[in-house]
Amino acid sequence: MPEQIQSQQDSRETLSFYLVGAVFLIVMPLLNILPAEDSWLHLSDFRLNQFGKFLCFAILALGLDLTWGYCGVLSLGQGVFFGFGAYCMGMYLALQIGKESVYGSELPDFMVWTQVKELPLFWYPFKSFWGGFLGAILVPVIFATIFGFLAFRSRIKGVYFAIITQALAFAAWLVFNRNETRLGGTNGLTDFKQVLGYRLSDPSTQLGLYIVTVVALIASFLLCRWIVASRAGKVLVAIRDSESRVTFSGYTPWVYKLFVFVVAAGLAGLAGMLYVPQVGIITPAQIGVLPSLEVVIWVAVGGRGTLIGAVLGAVVVNFGRSVLTNYFPEAWPFILGGLFVVVVTMFPDGLVGIIRKLFSGGSPTASVAMPKPQAQGGR
Amino acid sequence: MKRGPCALAIALSIALSFVLNVGPKSVNAEDEAPAPAAAPSAPALSPIEQALADLSSENAETRSAAVALLIEKGDASLIPKLDDIRATADRAVRQAIKPVVDLLKNRANLSSELPDYRRSAASDLASTGRREAIAWLQAAAAKEEVWWVRYTMEESANLLELRSGDGAAQLGAAKKLGELRSQNGVSSLQELIEAGNAAEATEAQKTLASTATAAVSQIESWSTKATIIETIFRGISLSSILLIMSLGLAIVFGLMGVINMAHGELMMIGAYATFVTQQAFIAWLPPESFDWYFPASLPMAFLASFGAGWLLEATVIRFLYGRLLETLLATWGISLILMQSARVYFGDLTAVIAPQSLRGGVQVMVGVYLPYNRIFIIILSIICVVGIYYLLFRSNLGMRVRAVTQNRNMSACLGIPTRKVDSYTFAFASGLAGIAGWALTMVGNVDPGLGQNYIVDSFMVVVTGGVGKLAGTIWASLGIGGLNKVIEPFTGAVYGKVFILVGVILFLQWRPSGLFAAKGRSADA
Amino acid sequence: MSAEGLILNCENVVVDYDGFKALNNCNFSVHYNELRVVIGPNGAGKTTLLDCICGKTKPSSGKIAFGNNIELVGKNAEDITKLGVGRKFQAPSVYGNLTVWQNLDLSLKRASKGVFPTLMGKSTSAERERINETLNTIGLTQDAHSRAGSLSHGQKQWLEIGMVILQDPSLLLVDEPVAGMSDKETEQTGRLLQTLSEKQAIVVIEHDMDFVRQIARIVTVLAEGTVICEGTVEHVQADQHVREIYLGRAKVAH
Repeated sequence: MPEQIQSQQDSRETLSFYLVGAVFLIVMPLLNILPAEDSWLHLSDFRLNQFGKFLCFAILALGLDLTWGYCGVLSLGQGVFFGFGAYCMGMYLALQIGKESVYGSELPDFMVWTQVKELPLFWYPFKSFWGGFLGAILVPVIFATIFGFLAFRSRIKGVYFAIITQALAFAAWLVFNRNETRLGGTNGLTDFKQVLGYRLSDPSTQLGLYIVTVVALIASFLLCRWIVASRAGKVLVAIRDSESRVTFSGYTPWVYKLFVFVVAAGLAGLAGMLYVPQVGIITPAQIGVLPSLEVVIWVAVGGRGTLIGAVLGAVVVNFGRSVLTNYFPEAWPFILGGLFVVVVTMFPDGLVGIIRKLFSGGSPTASVAMPKPQAQGGR
Repeated sequence: MKRGPCALAIALSIALSFVLNVGPKSVNAEDEAPAPAAAPSAPALSPIEQALADLSSENAETRSAAVALLIEKGDASLIPKLDDIRATADRAVRQAIKPVVDLLKNRANLSSELPDYRRSAASDLASTGRREAIAWLQAAAAKEEVWWVRYTMEESANLLELRSGDGAAQLGAAKKLGELRSQNGVSSLQELIEAGNAAEATEAQKTLASTATAAVSQIESWSTKATIIETIFRGISLSSILLIMSLGLAIVFGLMGVINMAHGELMMIGAYATFVTQQAFIAWLPPESFDWYFPASLPMAFLASFGAGWLLEATVIRFLYGRLLETLLATWGISLILMQSARVYFGDLTAVIAPQSLRGGVQVMVGVYLPYNRIFIIILSIICVVGIYYLLFRSNLGMRVRAVTQNRNMSACLGIPTRKVDSYTFAFASGLAGIAGWALTMVGNVDPGLGQNYIVDSFMVVVTGGVGKLAGTIWASLGIGGLNKVIEPFTGAVYGKVFILVGVILFLQWRPSGLFAAKGRSADA
Repeated sequence: MSAEGLILNCENVVVDYDGFKALNNCNFSVHYNELRVVIGPNGAGKTTLLDCICGKTKPSSGKIAFGNNIELVGKNAEDITKLGVGRKFQAPSVYGNLTVWQNLDLSLKRASKGVFPTLMGKSTSAERERINETLNTIGLTQDAHSRAGSLSHGQKQWLEIGMVILQDPSLLLVDEPVAGMSDKETEQTGRLLQTLSEKQAIVVIEHDMDFVRQIARIVTVLAEGTVICEGTVEHVQADQHVREIYLGRAKVAH
C-alpha cells in the first residue's frame, strides 16, 4: 500500500538521521580523542573543526530546505541572515578580546584604525554573552519578519521573491563592506581569543564547540521535522503545489510563508553564531550573493524537500570543496557551476533521490522536489 | 597680496621692453651692460638670437630679461632651439626656459587647427599667470568660431586680468567672469572676497570684493542648474545601460518564462568579442584602419553571444521550460562557469581603446559636458528598443514568437516550428546581450565581472517593469537608473543601492506585478 | 424579485480586461438551497462570474451580496472561503504531492486556519470520522493514502469535490464538474450534487446538456457577460434569443 511506502520513507529518513547524528556526535569526537596521533583512525583537530563548520552550514541548509524544498519559496538571501547571526556573535567575541588586542585597547582593533574613540552604542548589548546569543537569533528573526511581511503580504512570489532576496544579499554585502557601519568593513571581525572564558586556541574548546554544534543541528533537525510533519507542514507543501488553491481552502498562504521564512532566518542566525567561534573570522564575503546561492546548491545536491538531504548536501558539497580547492584552486567555480546545471537538469531530487532509487530498485516513488510545471507561469 | 610685487616686476619689464621695442639694439645696450655680446664682432645678431644666448647667462637678471623678450617676440619656431639649450643647460637655466617653452607652445596652439588643442592651450595659459598671454587670448578669441573654445579663451584672459593686481582691470574681469559663469574663477574670486573682508582692506579692495561676491553667486546659481542637468544626463545614461541589458532579460523572461542569470555573462562574451576583434586589428591590419575595429566588432559581438545563447538553449534551457526557479539556478551555474573561463583565459583586466570618434565629448553649455560614449549608448538603446518593437510587433517573425508564447500547442498545430522559435528567440536575446557588451566596452573595462555589475539592477528593472511589456522595461530602467543618480550625491553609491532596493519593495507593495501587469484570463495562471 | 431568501445577489458586476468586458453589468442571484446551473457559449463570462464571487478576480464595479448582506467585493479569497463560499475549479486543482487524506484533512472546516493552531493541531476522532465519510462518498477510500497527483482525471475531480464538501460551504461554486468523467460517474456526480443541494446552495457551470437536464431546476444563460435568459430547462431551450446565440452564430459562420 502506498501508505506504507510513505511511512517507510519517513522512518528511513529518521533512521538515517539518527545514524548520521550518532556518527557526528559520538564517533567523530571519539576518533579525535582516543586513537594515538599517528594512528590512521585518528581524526585531527583540524578536520574535526572543519566538520564543525560544515555542520553549521547544515543548519543553514535546513532552514532553506524548509522554505524552498517544502514551501517552494526560494530565498537567495540566506547568507544575510547567517551573517547577522555571525556578526552578533562576532561582536561579542571581539569585545572579549579586550586588552589582548594588537593595540592593547579595550576597543576592537579595527575601531582603533578607523579612529573610533568610543564604543558605538549598538555594540553595548554584545558585551555579554547573552547579548550576543540572543542577538544572533533575534536580529535575523526580526529582520526577516519585517522583510518577509513586506514581501509576502504584497504577494511577491516565486522568482520575484528570489530576485528581491538576491538584491537584499547584494545590498547587505555593500553595507557590511562600509567602514562607517562600524562592523570592521571589508576585513570583518577576527582575532578572537576566548568565549565565555575558554580559550579558542585550546583544542578542547574547539571540541566543545563542535559538540554544541552537533547538538544544535540535531535540535534544528527535530524542530524542522516537527514542523514538516504537522498539518502546517502539509499546508507548506500545498502552497508549493498550488498556492491559489490554498486560499480556497481557507488558509492565508503569505502568513505561512512568512512563518517558514522567519524560522529559516532564525536557523541561519544560529548557524552563523556557531560558525564564528569555530572559524575565527567573519567578513562581508560570507554574506554576499554567491555565498547565499551556495546554500541553494547544497540543498539541491542533497535533495530538496527532504531534511536529511539538506544536511547531507551541506556536508558533502563543503567537504568536496575543501578537498578540491586544495588540489585545483581554479577549478572550484567550474565544479560549483557544473553542479548547479547538472543537479537542476538531471537530478532534481539530489543525492537522496538517487539513493532512494537505488534502494527501491527504480520503482516510481514520489518526486517531492519537482513542483508541477504549471505552478508558476511566466507570461 | 603676495603676487603683487612679482606681477608688477614682470609688468614693468614687459612695459619697458615694449617701449624700447622700436630700437632692439638699444635694448641690448641698456639691459645688458656687462654683456660681451655687445661686442662689435657680432653686430648681425638679432635680438632673439641674442636673448637665446642670454638664457645661458650667469646673471639671473639677464636671464629673466631674455625670457621676457623671448615670450614677447618669440614664436613656436624657437622651441627646437630652446629644447636644445635645455638639453645641455644646468638646472637654473632649465627652470628659466620651461615657462618660455610652455608659453610659446601654447601660444602656437592657440591657432591650431584642432579646437581641443586651442581650448587646452587657452586653459593652460590661464594657469601660467603671465599677463602677456591676455593679449594673445583676446586676439585668438576674436577670431575663434567654436563657442566653447572662445569661451575658454575669454575665461582665461579674464582670469589673468583678475590676478593682474591692476584694480580697474580686476574689477572688469570679476564682472566678466561672473557673466561667463566661470567655475574656474571661483577660487580666485574667493581670495579677492577674503582680501576685501580683511580688517586692513582698502576701499578699492572692498569694491572689488563686492563685485566678486556678486560674480560668485552668479556662478553658483548657474552651477546648480548645470549640476541638475548633468545629473539628469547621467541618470539617463545609466538608464540606457540598464535598459539595453534588461531588454534581453525581459524578452526571455516575458516571452519564454526563463530567468537568465547568465545574461550578464553573455554580455561579457560580447565585450570580449569586441576586445578580441580589436586585438586582431592591432595584430594584422595597418594602424590607420584601427578605428574600424569598433564597427567591425558589432557583428562579432552579436554573433558570439548569439552562438553562445543558442548553445545554452540547446543544451540546458530547453530541459527547463516552465520551471522558472530551476532556470534561475541552472543559468547561475552557467554564469559561474563562463566567468571563471574568462578569468582563466583572459586574466583579470583588459580594456578596449575607444575609437577616435567616441573619445571626448561635447560641451553643451558652461558646466555641462556630455561624453560621446555616453551619448552613443543612449542612442544605441533607443535604436534597440525601436528595433525590438518592430521585430516583435510588426514582423512576421515576431508574430510567430508571440504566438508560441500565448499558445504553444495551437501554434504547433498551425505549423509553426515551436522548438526553432524557442531557440532563436533565446539566441536573439543573447545576441542583444552581446550588443550591450559591445557598447559597455566604451564606458568601462572588459573584465570577467562585467555582467555581475549590472545584473542585480537589471533584474530589479525587469521585476519593477512587469513581465512581458516593453514599456514597463523602459519606464522601470529610466526610474531606477534616474533614481540611482539622483540619490547618489546625497548618500553615496552604496546607500543609494540600498534605498533603491527598499524603494522597489515598497513599490511592489503598491503594484505587486510591476508597472505594467498583463491583465486577463491567463494573467494569474 | 425580493432580496429575501437570497444567498447570493450580484448587481451590475463589470469585469474589464483592458477594454474587453468579460462581465458586462451582470445581475445574478441565487436562493438558499438552490441548485442553479449556468450555461452559455465559450467566453460568455461564466468562469469569470464564479471568480468574482469567490474573490479570485476583482470586479471593476458592481456589488456582490452574500448571505446576510455581506459585501464580497473587495474581500480576499481566503476570507470569502471562511465566510462559506466553496469553489471547485474547472481544471481539477488538488495538491499533487500530498495524499488524498491530507488533501481532505487540509480542506476540512476548522475553527482557525492560522499558522500556530495548524502547527499544534491534532485531528480529533470526529474529524477523522468526517473525512472517512467523505472518502466513502467520493469513492476514494481505497486510495486514501496515495499521492493525489497519481489519481486519474475523474478521481481528481471527485477529490476536489470532496475537498469542497468538507469546507461546509453554504454556497458551492462548481465549474464543469463532469468533464472527463464516464457516463456512470457523471450520473453519480449529479446525484451527489442534488443531495448536497438539500443543505446548501450550489451554482454549477456545465456544458453537458444531458447532465444539465438531470440536475437542473433553474438554468441561467450567460452571453457576452450578461444574463440573457433564466428559467426551467424547457423554457430556456424554447427561448428564441438563446437559440440565436447558440445557433445563429453558426449561421453567420457559414
